[in-house]
Amino acid sequence: MSVSPDALLAILAMAAATVACRLAGLVLPARLATTGRLGRAFEAMPVAILSAIVAPLLLTHGPADALAGLVVVGASLRLPLTAVILLGIAAAAGFRALF
Amino acid sequence: MTPSPQTAWADFRAGVFTTLPAILAAVPFALLLGALSQGKGLTVAEIGLMSALVFAGASQFVALDIWGAPPVWWLLGLTALVVNLRHALMSLSLVRHLGGFPKALRPLALLFMVDEVWAFAEARAAKQPLTPAFYAGMVVFFYLSWVLATMAGAVAGSLLREPESLGLDFAFLAIFVFLILGFRARPGFGVTLAASAGTAVLVHLLLPGAWSIMAGAVAGMAAAAFGPGRGS
Repeated sequence: MSVSPDALLAILAMAAATVACRLAGLVLPARLATTGRLGRAFEAMPVAILSAIVAPLLLTHGPADALAGLVVVGASLRLPLTAVILLGIAAAAGFRALF
Repeated sequence: MTPSPQTAWADFRAGVFTTLPAILAAVPFALLLGALSQGKGLTVAEIGLMSALVFAGASQFVALDIWGAPPVWWLLGLTALVVNLRHALMSLSLVRHLGGFPKALRPLALLFMVDEVWAFAEARAAKQPLTPAFYAGMVVFFYLSWVLATMAGAVAGSLLREPESLGLDFAFLAIFVFLILGFRARPGFGVTLAASAGTAVLVHLLLPGAWSIMAGAVAGMAAAAFGPGRGS
């Protein structure tokens, strides 16, 4: 149970970079983000970010992941979250075993 | 508008239950992260400290990939910056919903903002005001389980070699897809989704790495701002 100076420095550099990203929102003037085009851009932010995370993972990792993605999309339209997660895991494990 | 203790407690519990599935999905990856760290020459204390101070799974896995002997601090810092740049966007978005938080708590809340916490917070804020108690409920066990499971994985070594073959990574995808579709009644949803997903896939194919997220997100926001749909 020890921490070397080199490792500590590296971990602190990673932490500083991550903290800077997470605190970035604090520089935003509160009023700026509610009106006009900019307001619409901010309204769209959650969907825009999540889609950008998910799409490459679902669409560029082969047929198994794409099919499991379809299952998840269909399930999300009618089932509660826990069921969607379990179905997603099962579908991914199953399709990956097949392909 | 100080909430009653009962409301705060109910909010806290709601927060805990909201992230519970995500915690269960994250623990195997924390165990794996800890196990992998042992092949890279990190001590249990070092990988535990990394989980406690960085608390960002994707960037920690990437860090292990490039962890050398000795580790190059500026390379690790720069890589963490690139991989976690999406948090800057999430932070910009989340700040709009922290109006009900005491000013001093806002930076604290943002420090614990991982992808899942952010996504659940946005989904909650779309329906009702976000409270510090709910946010704390989402974060407390998520954080503790991440740090402790990382260390447990480092101690226990290689228990879980490939969570992917069990489909466990799909838990996160399922959560994100579910939350995306939760916004589907919003005007401009389809345009944003198409622009973001299309751009992200394209950039991912041209330039593997973390840039596809930023490019897709910006494209989705631009499409919402300038695209067809509502008049302003």
